[in-house]
Amino acid sequence: MPASFTSAADLIRLLPEIILTVMGTFLMVLDPILHKRSSRAFGHLSILALAGGIGGSVYAYAHAGPAFGGMLMVDGFATFFRVLVMVVGILTVLPSYRFLNRQDAETSEYHALLLFSIAGQCLMAAANELIIVFIGLEISSIASYVLAGYLRDDKRANEASLKYFLLGSFATAFFLYGVALIYGSTGSVNLIAVRAAISGQNAPEPVFLGLAAALMFVGLGFKVSAAPFQIWAPDVYQGAPTPVAAFLSAGPKAAAFAVFLRIFMTAFEPIGGGWEPLVWISALLSMTIGNFAALLQSNVKRMLAYSSIAHAGYVLVALTARSETGTAAAMFYLAAYALMNIGAFAVVSHLSGRGERYQNIDDLAGLGQKQPLTAAMLAIFLLSLIGVPLTGGFFGKFYIFKAALDSHLYWLAVLGLLNSAVAAYYYLRILVMMYMHEPGEAVEAVEPLSLGLRAALILPAMGTLFLGIFPAWVLDFAGKSAALVK
Amino acid sequence: MPESYTELYFPVLVQAICAMALAAGLLTVSFLLGNRVRNRVKDMPYESGIVPTGDARQRFSVKFYLVGMLFILFDIEAIFLYPWVVVYRELKMFAFVEMLIFVVLILSGYFYIWKKGALDWSGADAASRKR
Repeated sequence: MPASFTSAADLIRLLPEIILTVMGTFLMVLDPILHKRSSRAFGHLSILALAGGIGGSVYAYAHAGPAFGGMLMVDGFATFFRVLVMVVGILTVLPSYRFLNRQDAETSEYHALLLFSIAGQCLMAAANELIIVFIGLEISSIASYVLAGYLRDDKRANEASLKYFLLGSFATAFFLYGVALIYGSTGSVNLIAVRAAISGQNAPEPVFLGLAAALMFVGLGFKVSAAPFQIWAPDVYQGAPTPVAAFLSAGPKAAAFAVFLRIFMTAFEPIGGGWEPLVWISALLSMTIGNFAALLQSNVKRMLAYSSIAHAGYVLVALTARSETGTAAAMFYLAAYALMNIGAFAVVSHLSGRGERYQNIDDLAGLGQKQPLTAAMLAIFLLSLIGVPLTGGFFGKFYIFKAALDSHLYWLAVLGLLNSAVAAYYYLRILVMMYMHEPGEAVEAVEPLSLGLRAALILPAMGTLFLGIFPAWVLDFAGKSAALVK
Repeated sequence: MPESYTELYFPVLVQAICAMALAAGLLTVSFLLGNRVRNRVKDMPYESGIVPTGDARQRFSVKFYLVGMLFILFDIEAIFLYPWVVVYRELKMFAFVEMLIFVVLILSGYFYIWKKGALDWSGADAASRKR
């Protein structure tokens, strides 16, 4: 047994998770100590913790390398996703100030759960071993099940939470079964060791590997809401409190894709030809089901849920490419997607009113007249979701389809592009509603933008434009970090 | 690596078949050889020898579930202390510090549920706090 398990370098590489856990625990016990409800301070503290976490992960990146005997791998890839989920966290807290105040639900537990969930996602981003992946997945999921049902007097929130919990734990069990099969057939759960065992002389029987990869695909496919495991997403996003729905559509999804990419591009890379058709079909199904179902929605949150299924499909196209360009494209796309999607949800959370009454597409009528700034920001997010040039969404799609073409996936690229044309319709419908209709009841009742909401709209909009005008900054970093096998 | 999975897991299969055969055999034998006396008293639900009263499907307080859940949580966490004790001599200070962190985390959870009033059965504390 080694003399010491933990060195100072290990702790530095775990710094973001440590900061988030300590601050989360502190916020959790703060609520029962202070009986007075002061949500502003709670929100400030959690933004402080997330900013500290971002600083911590940058510092960890300066001391990059494996930690805890290879259980964690702090590299550019991990740092990219750690920073991404924490930025998502900050953009979730900003609109929550107003939202929680309006629903009379200001507690520090909300922020504590958010921080715990993000700590789990950071762990997933850096995990280099299947058991750590599983632990990170559970930390992230359990906190988000509770967050989905945070407004516990709301029937829809209860439904969302229960569905998410039951289906989510079922999917995690699939993942764990896959891990067990991998351990049984290769004798290790470390991704590098599994890869070595698969491509080595005494390769385990392909039946076990194929089954394990398929089971893990089911578990992770659920977490990223890829078809055919997407059924939960619309109900959960609709029922969950809007800022939480924004978080669920960006944070856990990005972290699950990080795990997806790392497992399938390192450990299962040698059997790539085996899982490629599986991911191919799932990518096509997700894009098609997501986009066509979104056409029929009248509720904005449900529409965004189906659109997020379609976007998961685009990222799966990048995974199907099985190349470093594909991985880099997926990373870039997830960053662009997180910003534009969370921004769009922030507008919904601003408009929905007490008890979340106004969630329909018709309720956005006339927003352009009444609140030009909000409408302009939503327009940027929608254009980016369509993939119009000068926005992050355009370059995201461009790099993904370029990676697909480089890997000779012509049919998938063509079908994906046709899908994005379909998607333009339902996003444009909202734009028309905002600018070409007279203000309705919902827009007349809308409050002026608070400071937190202003920041929650302007920051992601600036980020989206930045990714669209200077894509090279982020893409260069993604390209450098995409080489997962060293 | 084993030679073949079929070979490796064959004993497990034999064991499973034996276990099932034994269970089925015992039940069949007692069904065939045993004699049965059926009457009203004998068919009553068994309540440790006491005559059952009322219906089992009653509503009871949700507090039981809360306490049950909290008990399981803390019980399972306490189990981690056992393996810790076994390896303590080898790991020395490292194990001590790790367990200190773990216990502090558990205690902060305990503090939370206590202050939230989850352990307060009658609700008297919450009432006095409001005043």
